[in-house]
Amino acid sequence: MRLLRIVPDNTKFKIVKWRRLSYPFSAAYSILVLVLFLTVGLNFGIDFRGGTLIEMQSKAGRPDIAQIRSAANGLGFGEAEVQEFGSGGEVSMRFALQPGGEPAQQQVVVKAREAFASAYDFRRVETVGPRVSGELVQAGTLGVVLAIVGVLIYLWFRFEMQLAIGAIVGTLHDIVLTLGFFLITQLEFNLTSIAAILTIVGYSLNETVVVFDRTRELLRRYKTMSIPDLLDLSINSTLSRTAITSTTTVLALVALVIFGGTAIEGFALVMLFGVIVCTYSAMFVSTPVLLYLDIRAGRLDQAEEKAPAGAKAKA
Amino acid sequence: MLRFQARKVIVVLLVLFFGCGLAFPNLLSPETRTAIERGAPSWIPKFLLPTKAVVLGLDLQGGSHVLLEIDRADLVRSQVIQLRDDLRARLREDRISFQGGIGVTARGVQVRVPDAADRAKLLPRLRELAQPVGTLGAFGPSGNTTIEVLEQPDGLIQMNVTEAGANERVRRAVEQAMEVLRRRVDALGTTEPNIQRQGLDRILVQVPGLQDPQRLKEILGQTAKLQFRMVSDNQGGDVDMLPSQDAGGSLVPVERRVIVEGADLIDAQPAFDSRTSQPIVNFRFNIRGAQRFGQATTENLGRPLAIVLDNRVISSPVIQSPITGGSGQISGNFTVESVNNLAILLRAGALPAKMTIVEERTVGPGLGADSIQAGKIATLIATVLVILYMIGTYGTFGFIASIALLVHVCLIFGLMSVLGATMTLPGIAGIVLTIGTAVDSNVLIYERMREESHQGRSLVSALEAGFQRAFATIIDSNVTMLIAAVALFSLGSGPVRGFAVVFILGILTTVITAVTLTRMLIALWYRWARPKALPF
Repeated sequence: MRLLRIVPDNTKFKIVKWRRLSYPFSAAYSILVLVLFLTVGLNFGIDFRGGTLIEMQSKAGRPDIAQIRSAANGLGFGEAEVQEFGSGGEVSMRFALQPGGEPAQQQVVVKAREAFASAYDFRRVETVGPRVSGELVQAGTLGVVLAIVGVLIYLWFRFEMQLAIGAIVGTLHDIVLTLGFFLITQLEFNLTSIAAILTIVGYSLNETVVVFDRTRELLRRYKTMSIPDLLDLSINSTLSRTAITSTTTVLALVALVIFGGTAIEGFALVMLFGVIVCTYSAMFVSTPVLLYLDIRAGRLDQAEEKAPAGAKAKA
Repeated sequence: MLRFQARKVIVVLLVLFFGCGLAFPNLLSPETRTAIERGAPSWIPKFLLPTKAVVLGLDLQGGSHVLLEIDRADLVRSQVIQLRDDLRARLREDRISFQGGIGVTARGVQVRVPDAADRAKLLPRLRELAQPVGTLGAFGPSGNTTIEVLEQPDGLIQMNVTEAGANERVRRAVEQAMEVLRRRVDALGTTEPNIQRQGLDRILVQVPGLQDPQRLKEILGQTAKLQFRMVSDNQGGDVDMLPSQDAGGSLVPVERRVIVEGADLIDAQPAFDSRTSQPIVNFRFNIRGAQRFGQATTENLGRPLAIVLDNRVISSPVIQSPITGGSGQISGNFTVESVNNLAILLRAGALPAKMTIVEERTVGPGLGADSIQAGKIATLIATVLVILYMIGTYGTFGFIASIALLVHVCLIFGLMSVLGATMTLPGIAGIVLTIGTAVDSNVLIYERMREESHQGRSLVSALEAGFQRAFATIIDSNVTMLIAAVALFSLGSGPVRGFAVVFILGILTTVITAVTLTRMLIALWYRWARPKALPF
């Protein structure tokens, strides 16, 4: 049986050179993200904005969206966002945060039940008051920051500051691009989105660390090789692994997008986008960053003296 | 590496087999599991029984998650009123003359005592009221007190509730409230409600599988402070004007003096009035309550009595005859449902302060079941796709990676069952995601083997170098992922935390299966097949 090979052996792609394309592209995209962030803004869900979300399913037949919308707007809680989703006659309604503090939010649910309970099953009801939503924003932001600082410290100890910086640049790049995905698609940004972003942080670092691990090893082995060549070699020798792992992850996520159900679809889509971005950035963004950081300086050379004899014998 | 001792093989297999065995109860229905737990002979140790399964989160089994916050201002207000009464009592006992009267501020009370000798007498008496705050911990008493007594210029004496005092009061009130809420939720007859404290002033109530979350919220949110007071003849003096529950909501003058409170009730049951067949609540007082109620009804024959719930007059019947038996009934504008609720509330007791619902998340059982179904299908398809791809790429080695993958998924479920971790909808997504990433360790090892073999190493030494060299990379890449996952776990709540648990366990099990199981299977394969080259 002939086995699958996505990447041929001994590739010699000049990947680092591609930064002349990848950097302007990533920079332009980041600016676009910034502009969108300031103009359009993220489509915050009720976790962060406060308010009420109701998902209901029609008991018989297709839901009449226009009728639901006018009935929901008639409840006296401002304009409701009404959307049909899925294939089973499911409708979601979102009400903005009501003035009057916590008890006012509860009134929304009471009124909506009165209006719709006869024709619809209530599948999901969520209300988040103003205080809780404020705290959730804090906790979410803190989580992302803590994760990045933690990883920076670990990489600093395990590798070198230069490599740690390269990895973090790549990770920040991936976060920005993922935020761009939220901005462009206007997918709802909620607590699960924070989970998705942190997972992407993890995956991004995973991808970068695999390449950098090789860079560190090659630095010890080839003391005279030029840095661009060395970085290209790092990427090329891990390219096959990168391709295979990305493929299996994408396969799993595609299964999740298609079969995982509407409740998880958004999360799966973001992850799918993130995995592709991470694969791109590990090769085309974080590794070329090392060109600008003097990676031969400092302890890397000294570490080479202490490297095990086996590593030298092989060179 | 390839010389695996038989003993080692057996240990690895046993550990993995046992680990996967822990996942087995998840295949049984909950009924079967309880049946096994009950029916098993007692000589079998409990941990060997397949009874522990993964707990499903509220988003999967359906249910309500309600976060309540105690009203801090309400508690401080009652503390201030207590201070005012204490101050007044001390002033009276010691016959201290003061100017103007007792002033009430947001955080305390103040009074002007012009005479210095009086002040010297009063101040220590007031300081006696301060109590130390906090338990005796490792750091000793905290040195804070519940109130502070300040002497201002011009003979002004201030007594304030301290921050620590207010916190202490909130803490105690939340403890009491948890007890009350537990009794209320239990009365609804639901299975396994979870009631826990969150932060200083919040209580999280999680009730799975409830059909009517509206009723839960009505029962949780009500303070249920019941008082029996006399309706006053005039509107001056110690009289509160309270709204009536009757249509129109007219104001009723009610005396401030409370005859009996809800705390003196020992039972309350919903019933129907035999004459009017209206829904009512029958109640019984304890001895103290019965005495007081008997005395008051004897003295006030022919006058209306106000039954006050949370500062609203439910009804004000005229006392026809002295009620000395210690039991009575509350009638009013009730429906069958509202008397049921009222009876539950009266039996469970009143909350120590007002509580508001600050967050609610309810998932209907239908949505949860759909999510589980979709999750199962996605997991299955993802597994099949990844296995096909791995076998297509690596042949025999892909098959070995697939075995490691299946063991990895079983281990996640096994560990989650033992730890009593909660599986949530994002958790299912986490499982599917780790199915994609779990093979990464294997891929790293295999690709390294290829490289080493291309550099001219013999098969055995390539296999060995593959494991050795890839190991550091596996550790580094997984530790960085782990840091992100731990950050997620420590800051996330509910469903997101469920995802973090899966993510963390997935990272651990994938490393373990890659460095033990894969390695062993490759060693066994080598001994069995005696290959000359890598099969991929």
